[in-house]
Amino acid sequence: MSDIIIFLLMIFLVVCAISVSFSKNLLNSVIIFMSYSTVMAIIWILLESPDLAITEAAVGAGITSVLFFVTLKKIKTIDAMVAGEDPTTLGSETVTGKEETPHE
Amino acid sequence: MSKLRPQNEYEKTSSFRFWQWLAGEKDPYIDNVEMKVQEEFHEFPIQVRKREIDHIKLHDKIYDIDHNKEIKFFQGAYRVSAIVLCAVIMIALVLCASYLPKAGSPDNPTVNEVAERYVEQGTAETGVINTVTGMILNYRGFDTFGETCVLFIASSCVMILLMVSEEKLKNLPKNLEPKDDKILQYVARIIVPVLMIFGFYVIVNGHLSPGGGFSGGAIIGSGLILYSSAFGAEKIRKFFNEKVYKCIKITALILYGCIMTYYFYTGANGIPNIFPLGTPGNILSAGMIFFINLFVGSEVACTVYSFYALFKRGGL
Repeated sequence: MSDIIIFLLMIFLVVCAISVSFSKNLLNSVIIFMSYSTVMAIIWILLESPDLAITEAAVGAGITSVLFFVTLKKIKTIDAMVAGEDPTTLGSETVTGKEETPHE
Repeated sequence: MSKLRPQNEYEKTSSFRFWQWLAGEKDPYIDNVEMKVQEEFHEFPIQVRKREIDHIKLHDKIYDIDHNKEIKFFQGAYRVSAIVLCAVIMIALVLCASYLPKAGSPDNPTVNEVAERYVEQGTAETGVINTVTGMILNYRGFDTFGETCVLFIASSCVMILLMVSEEKLKNLPKNLEPKDDKILQYVARIIVPVLMIFGFYVIVNGHLSPGGGFSGGAIIGSGLILYSSAFGAEKIRKFFNEKVYKCIKITALILYGCIMTYYFYTGANGIPNIFPLGTPGNILSAGMIFFINLFVGSEVACTVYSFYALFKRGGL
């Protein structure tokens, strides 16, 4: 039974890895990368190594993804500064491809 | 009897000019040989336009990609050969991986006397219950010390590359600072204390349960990142600013280095060390592994938070 579960999770890993390369939207790529790390943490538990599972969950799904998000946000601001626009009135068109809906 | 040449014929010869030049008289070539004033080169606009059109046509003909057979063949051949090469390499690697023995079977080459000693005599020799922690902090402690140094160096390098001056730190663009998000603040007020306590628990119980310095440090670092992202830079600078960061990092690495120096010295010369092993199962056991876990944990937490702060603001 655990063989089937590990097999399914591995297939999910391969699908995640391929879709990270082929997606055009950078934000989607980073989120799929985060889910890759989470599934990897589950696989470490199924392979009986809890130290690696805790570290992978904390570092992969917590820290590297947050650093990626911060970098993406800075790229938008730097692009706006280079183009001469005001970076404080920036939406999310540059990276995600669609505008933010203003919320109250 | 020769006849004298007449004067006007003699004036045209070169010997006359030579003797005249030698005597210093007027040179007949002055004002006769230099260039006259040139006329301006007028080109009609039609001619200019025609010349430009001819140049553009020639340029398009030379750099025309759609009708260039060689470039099209190269593009097609490049794609096909790239796919073929990738497929060949993938098949070769998967074939090699299929020759590996099954994970966990008892006649693997990695199940030799080294792993046996770690598993059988780990608890007796190092005093820990979590064999992984005993292995990375006692049997292979040199490697862990190297990794801690690498964390220190990485954080210093990021500081060199990304740190900005004090004035620029105060005048950041407004959308790099977090918005006043009520949901995030409400959730952070509940989760951040839990994260800190849990991280500290994982560090302190590194030799009794799974975890250790690295995981616990990552958890505390995540807690600091959540606090800084929810409440802003001013609030976190009250208890974690650059002075505190430098103090923690340098102290942790120096004390870790002192402990490792003592262990190397006593291990190389056969002197028994004075730190007692204690009974396995207590918190204060296994020599100095408890304190080494604390140092490693604080180092990792500071590194992780400094990466976030330097990426986001350019300063701690």
